[in-house]
Amino acid sequence: MSLESAATTAAPVARPNAPPKMQGDKVGVFYGEKQALFDVDLKIEQFNVTSLIGPSGCGKSTFLRSLNRMNDTIDGCRVVGKITLDKDDIYDPSIDVVELRARVGMVFQKPNPFPKSIYENVAYGPKIHGIARNKADLDEIVHSSLRRAGLWNEVKDRLNEPGTGLSGGQQQRLCIARAIATKPEVLLMDEPCSALDPIATAVIEELIDELRENFTIVIVTHSMQQAARVSQKTAFFHLGKLIEEGKTEDIFTNPRNKQTQDYITGRIG
Amino acid sequence: MASLNEHIVSSYEDELTNLNKAISEMGGMVEQAITESAVALLKLDHKQAQDVRLFDKKIDDMQQRINDAAVSIIARRQPMAADLRMVVTSIQVANDLERTGDMAKQLAKRAMQIESLGLAPKFYNGVKHMKELVARQLKSAIDAYLSRDAAAAVEVCSRDDEVDAMYNSLFRELLTYMMEDPRNITQCTHLLFCTKSLERVGDHATNIAEAAYYLETGRHLGAEEQQRQPR
Repeated sequence: MSLESAATTAAPVARPNAPPKMQGDKVGVFYGEKQALFDVDLKIEQFNVTSLIGPSGCGKSTFLRSLNRMNDTIDGCRVVGKITLDKDDIYDPSIDVVELRARVGMVFQKPNPFPKSIYENVAYGPKIHGIARNKADLDEIVHSSLRRAGLWNEVKDRLNEPGTGLSGGQQQRLCIARAIATKPEVLLMDEPCSALDPIATAVIEELIDELRENFTIVIVTHSMQQAARVSQKTAFFHLGKLIEEGKTEDIFTNPRNKQTQDYITGRIG
Repeated sequence: MASLNEHIVSSYEDELTNLNKAISEMGGMVEQAITESAVALLKLDHKQAQDVRLFDKKIDDMQQRINDAAVSIIARRQPMAADLRMVVTSIQVANDLERTGDMAKQLAKRAMQIESLGLAPKFYNGVKHMKELVARQLKSAIDAYLSRDAAAAVEVCSRDDEVDAMYNSLFRELLTYMMEDPRNITQCTHLLFCTKSLERVGDHATNIAEAAYYLETGRHLGAEEQQRQPR
């Protein structure tokens, strides 16, 4: 492989003029009186991995959670500004939140499989959303989701065993299989590897790269190396504000903003 | 970009500072080697020429040390942004300095070969001027790198044409001496090789200046220059 082609694989693959899959427009989030996020404008490009980085409390998880209205579950949380999915305002009263979360799936920091069998973990979403018409359909969705999550070969002979009996890395891939079983368009990942060992992390990162072909991915990570490895676009948050966003390789080799530079190089900001 | 704060991890800060110091030290050594090899050549000083040849070993060792330090920082610290550029360019600059040291050694070797022949001042006046120009280029390039001065780096690159022009004119001049009297051929051929070595030192100085520009701006000088001056 030539250097040239290595460079192009790292570059965004979205069509140049394709509209963004999701877009935040002056997004602010309040927890009660306290404002946690200020005026965030960010485009999430289709079939790209966008990573959100920044120190603890910078608002990156808050922004991520506002993308599928997970913040609705928190008392006193209020979102201002506009967030669109394919140009539809997701905070519009006519939007069905359950359906939204099927389209914008989420994977959390700690693997949290249901205390059910491996099969049931993956089948749960398609069942409640009525995606599968019959048992054969459901089998097919469960199998293909496990295959896509890179877990099939490890669990195909034990689909009826509890999901909680898997290793941490396997549980996380089970959660990814569960998230993609409802055929979401966007996948949100909140530090999906922070509880995993380096090998399991590498497997998940490889998986993220493969999932990018079919899904738009937004990942929050504390590992800057991970952001640099898996994403095409990176956004840096600090004290509730979006400080800088751009192509990942630019952010990590030549950030324009001094705060970004200080953060990613490990200096006191 | 405004000057950077210190790293949270002070040992990392120290490692980067030491790497920069090592480049500074190696730059000084190479400048000294070029100056002394030129003195050896112009004065036909055998002792000095011998010293330059031995000194080259130290320059090579210094390059090894810089490379080892840079590789170690990459492996243990995963440097980013300006730090990453500093570590990567230090490898490049150390390589160019080492090659420049080799050129000094070449000049010293020539000095020892010409020694028995004697040298007429009119032959080497041009070489002396070229050496001065090239040494200035080298010093400016190293200074631009150490002080992260992008404007000074651009200046060094734009002055490389002068070095090339001087090389071409010296080439013609030495050729004329050879045509005047075939007995000049041996000396002038040696001097021609010396000018070629000096011209290469100029190229390495340009490389160092390009590294300085990249270090400071994160952009490559070549591409921008070409955009600004379409050929």
